[in-house]
Amino acid sequence: MSTLNLSGITKSFGTTTVLHGIDLGVADGEMIVIVGASGCGKSTLLRIVAGLETPTTGHVAIAGREVTRLEPADRDIAMVFQNYALYPHMTVAQNMAYGLKIRGTPKEEIARRVAETATLLGIQPLLERKPRQLSGGQRQRVAMGRAIIREPKLFLFDEPLSNLDAKLRVQMRGEIRRLQQRLGVTSLYVTHDQVEAMTLGDRLVVMHQGRAAQVASPMEVWARPADTYVASFIGSPAMNLLEGWLAEDGAAVQLKAGPLLWFTDGPRPGGNGRPLTIGIRPEHVLREGGVPVDVELELVEPLGSETVLHGLLPGGETLTAKLPGMVPAVGSAMEMHLLAEAMHVFDASTGKRLEA
Amino acid sequence: MRAVVDPDVLARQAERRQVLGRWLAHGALGLGVLVFALPIWITLMGSTHDAATIGRGDVPLLPGGHALENYATALGQGGGRSMSTPVGGMLLNSAIMALLIVSGKIAISLLSAYAVVFFRFPGRMLAFWTIFLTLMLPVEVRIIPTYQVIVDLNLFNSFAGLSLPLIASATATLLFRQFFLTIPDEYVEAAKMDGAGPLRFFRDILLPLSVTNIAALGVILFIYGWNQYLWPLLIVNDRSMETIVVGLTKMIGNGDAQNEWNTIMATAVLAMMPPVLVVVLLQRWFIKGLTETEK
Repeated sequence: MSTLNLSGITKSFGTTTVLHGIDLGVADGEMIVIVGASGCGKSTLLRIVAGLETPTTGHVAIAGREVTRLEPADRDIAMVFQNYALYPHMTVAQNMAYGLKIRGTPKEEIARRVAETATLLGIQPLLERKPRQLSGGQRQRVAMGRAIIREPKLFLFDEPLSNLDAKLRVQMRGEIRRLQQRLGVTSLYVTHDQVEAMTLGDRLVVMHQGRAAQVASPMEVWARPADTYVASFIGSPAMNLLEGWLAEDGAAVQLKAGPLLWFTDGPRPGGNGRPLTIGIRPEHVLREGGVPVDVELELVEPLGSETVLHGLLPGGETLTAKLPGMVPAVGSAMEMHLLAEAMHVFDASTGKRLEA
Repeated sequence: MRAVVDPDVLARQAERRQVLGRWLAHGALGLGVLVFALPIWITLMGSTHDAATIGRGDVPLLPGGHALENYATALGQGGGRSMSTPVGGMLLNSAIMALLIVSGKIAISLLSAYAVVFFRFPGRMLAFWTIFLTLMLPVEVRIIPTYQVIVDLNLFNSFAGLSLPLIASATATLLFRQFFLTIPDEYVEAAKMDGAGPLRFFRDILLPLSVTNIAALGVILFIYGWNQYLWPLLIVNDRSMETIVVGLTKMIGNGDAQNEWNTIMATAVLAMMPPVLVVVLLQRWFIKGLTETEK
């Protein structure tokens, strides 16, 4: 059983507080992806788990053992770095063996485990090469190998794919996921890429300004974002956030742009006129079958299988729509339809999700 | 409207310009070689003639027939008026002194740069700036107090006395500091993950990464140590401890007596050999260390 428990983690550098109390429980074998824009504290959190930073307050427990004050080497963890950090003067085999060698593992066992790990990752032919003779994808595999070989209780990934080109990134993403599931090692994966986050994680931690804005499964985060930040961060193109206020005694919302949208899942609390933020994903802006609204087209981006349209609503707000197939340029004005069933309701002042 | 020019004419003009450029470049290089190499050539040729030829005031540009005896004299019994210190012994002294300076300087500056770059301790920046400030105090400036200290420590006429004051080095520390700063933090962190302590990290990762820099610095420092003149002149008065550079100058008398230029030139050639050898042997690493940062 290797679980990870974070309780009340805060971190301040001088007067700047970058983490405001993070609580997180990771189950055995679970892959948690920490996602957020740069500067949200996600890397700091990972480094605290790794032992490269000490939290200002709070506790880290790995497999039930308190490790907050332990050195990285004593935590039984392994980390894959963004730039791989392979020792340039050592061969691939030496790189993978170094940690074991320091721990005093017998030579025969090191050799056996290097061979096993190399087979697992398909890097046997590279064992005698130096890192600079490897391609980006190969280095990535070796970095994984160096982590796997130690058979740690916890894997930490610090944006491991961001140095690869787009195609390789998709391929390595799949490999990491398959490998993690096969080995069943509890993992913490930091990324700023929402696609990586959605595809890799059993659960996501969406970080915003040093707080966990939402901790939930990828589909849950997508379908029921906890606040406007999560709503606009996850999903591409980003969700439309429109101004509005409560109407019809809580049964509908009056958009600033004109249309009145009826809640299909029940009334929201508060009196008429309560300011709201309404989120509608570009996928839920249709050509017909919803509540019509006039859009002044500004930009049409054909992507082949779909077309992204950017336009202005009456009242000056921007609206993005993602329509399937090709959309012929139909002049500068166009009627679009908002799918009321799919809208997200947030409180305008706190940004928190308002459930029915 | 521009007149239409035949492309062949343009091509010929371009070729002429290129040829002219090549000649100019080679001419400049040749001139440079002449300026640098001619004195060495004259010394080399001078060492193959007898004393009388040079004494007449001729500057021989072709080899003479006395090479063997001149070098034998220089190596065996020394030359010039001193006549007492054989060049062989002085070469050995110089080599020991230069090697002590090289190894001492590299060891000390590696360690101090390691401390300054990779550790956070109170007074770290003070230590760094103190080291940095000594850059402004070359041996010549602090020579009297240094002399006093060495004499008080009873290190007069010893290799320790010859090399110690020249070992503490701000330049080398700065160079290694700059190099260490380019080493990504991830290596340090990866090593921590692997369980390597500070000394292991130094030995297993930092040292191998610094090899080319150490070689480059070693070459420069060897030449620096080998060419020391003022300090060895002061701190050694035992002839058996004399270094070649000091010995060479002492061979040249300043009175009326006839200098044995043939032996002196042979000695000079011999004195040039070790630095040349070091440069030639370590050249590949030397250039690598100065130009290439391996990451």
